[in-house]
Amino acid sequence: MSELIFQLLGVPPQALFGQLLLGLINGAFYALLSLGLAVIFGMLNVINFTHGAQYMMGAFGAWMLLHYLGIPYWGALFIVPIVIGATGIVLERLLLSRLYHLDHLYGLLLTFGLALILEGLFRNYYGSSGLPYTNPIPGGTNLGFMFLPWYRGWVVVLSLVVCLATWFVIEKTKLGSYLRAATENPTLVRAFGINVPRMMTLTYGFGVGLAALAGVLAAPIYSVNPIMGSNLIIVVFAVVVIGGMGSIMGSIVTGFGLGIIEGLTKVFYPEASATVIFVIMAVVLMIRPAGLFGTVR
Amino acid sequence: MRWKALALSAVTAFAAPAAMAQISDGVIKLGVMNDQSGLYADIGGPGSVWAARKAVEDFCKANKCEKIEVVFADHQNKPDIGSNIARQWLDVDKVDAIVDVPTSSVALAVNNIVREKNKVFLNSGAASSDLTGKACSPNTVHWTYDTWQLANGTGNAIVKTGGDTWFFLTADYAFGHALERDTEAVVLKSGGKVLGKVRTPFPGQDFSSFLLQAQASKAKIIGLANAGGDTINSIKQAAEFGIVAGGQNLAGLLVFINDIHALGLQTAQGLIFTESWYWDLNDANRAFAAEFQKANKGNKPSMIQAGVYAAVLHYLKAVHEMKSDADGVAVVNKMKEMPTDDPLFGKGTIRVDGRKIHPSYLVEVKKPSESKGPWDYYKIRTTIPADQSFRPLADGGCPLVKK
Repeated sequence: MSELIFQLLGVPPQALFGQLLLGLINGAFYALLSLGLAVIFGMLNVINFTHGAQYMMGAFGAWMLLHYLGIPYWGALFIVPIVIGATGIVLERLLLSRLYHLDHLYGLLLTFGLALILEGLFRNYYGSSGLPYTNPIPGGTNLGFMFLPWYRGWVVVLSLVVCLATWFVIEKTKLGSYLRAATENPTLVRAFGINVPRMMTLTYGFGVGLAALAGVLAAPIYSVNPIMGSNLIIVVFAVVVIGGMGSIMGSIVTGFGLGIIEGLTKVFYPEASATVIFVIMAVVLMIRPAGLFGTVR
Repeated sequence: MRWKALALSAVTAFAAPAAMAQISDGVIKLGVMNDQSGLYADIGGPGSVWAARKAVEDFCKANKCEKIEVVFADHQNKPDIGSNIARQWLDVDKVDAIVDVPTSSVALAVNNIVREKNKVFLNSGAASSDLTGKACSPNTVHWTYDTWQLANGTGNAIVKTGGDTWFFLTADYAFGHALERDTEAVVLKSGGKVLGKVRTPFPGQDFSSFLLQAQASKAKIIGLANAGGDTINSIKQAAEFGIVAGGQNLAGLLVFINDIHALGLQTAQGLIFTESWYWDLNDANRAFAAEFQKANKGNKPSMIQAGVYAAVLHYLKAVHEMKSDADGVAVVNKMKEMPTDDPLFGKGTIRVDGRKIHPSYLVEVKKPSESKGPWDYYKIRTTIPADQSFRPLADGGCPLVKK
């Protein structure tokens, strides 16, 4: 029976498993990036268009540490998210926090402008064709149906751990409950003596750190160039919208899920693989305007 | 991310008091149009502007110089923006020749406009062999390279050395399709077989799915009919997925030295492709490259930037000889009539269809242990003689060629 199905699909089962796994790996990047966006939107109500640029800065950060200071990949994995996260905190304090009382659109325009400035600066100093970054764990293993590079396996494991830990902190801990309460009613939460503005600042820093982490993870396998983020960010926004703006679990599940769907499209109809996510977005928005996991506010 | 300000600026004026009457408006004005800030800014971009100015400077050292001005603009790889700039330049700003123009779709649009206004188009950056084929124009010279040349050089050599089964990863737009078509023709003609192809969305980030399909095809050669970031990503990921270690080889169909610099030798080693120019070929090239490097953030020139220099130099010689830049067709005819001779491409000719003829080089990327340092990247495997480098005149379907 199952053989018949594969024959009907016209794809050997090995190839299909391979593509499913690859989809999962790409989904790991979508999940990590959309998680950061979801956290920031959920807590701050800011649509962070700088996210792609911060992901790019993560990748460049890894390159700079290696190139200027000789710090290898494993060091960069810890240092870069913290440093870039700190720049996020500065950004939030200096600029973003002044816009909270205004419409979403202002935050969007500010972060979009910042993204353009950042990309321009990096392009000016490092050119547009990109920088080399060697794979820290070359080689891989033959799974029978495909060759799995160690590095890709590592990306999936790490991003799953980070995603689930973030979900746990926000949904299941006391700190998370403060955060969620502060989003619902900041004035009341402040009345209980909780420093809401500081919490917002740290949340933004954390979201930015996640983007930078994804950037470091991307450096060994994707071209490290100033526009690497803007290529990816539109897809990630679609993921967030499908998952439901601000929903943590939604962004994780749809990130991985859409990675798989995109991977399968690459086998059956490659030409559509860049479009399929947006088609799904349009359908989801028509049926469930708040997204798959979102709630109407 | 395309909301960039149109960068138009007039600079470099080499003033000489006795401007000749026949030079239109008393100044020879060259407009360098290319991608100043996007994907292709390193292979052309500000470096091409520098090369054009350098050609003017060198020309003026050797000759009594007319007033020559170089302006530039960013076409952002979009045909509509490129067309607008071209019209503005030719109608209002009195530009006499448009230079460089990478991205085939923009080049084809500019090609028509320049012909309509009877000015001169010196193309170095675009790949499409249609510029000297069915879209050829009496106002256009296509200087550096084209898809037929790359496909022929790389495809031929690889099939001859045993790479007779191919799988194509093709960027899904006009340029990728043209490159795939031209290469497939060469592969089949030399007795090879094409086992499959996949059209990848442009621009792409993750090519692992497509590489896995290429791997499953068991083709000996995976032909990369793409450019820039797509090429870099597919080569990087092919290394990661053990494609080359597994016995399959990659053929880069359009690779620039800047792409190799971005990949690093560790990843790029062993890659074979065709180039029209390499900075380390001879002393003249090295001298030009050293000067270029000082002025351009430490980069060596690409073949496109070298082509801009040579094309501008030859154009100035022709205008100088004619003492007029008013009639575009006449200037281009003069350029075709005079043999070309410049420090970078040596002696050559321009054919009636506008194709500049020179040798090409089949290069292999060095191993890290063979390289002396940054930018020392190529071993020259074969020099393809000038008369075999480009598509035979009769095959292009250019209406200017008399049957």
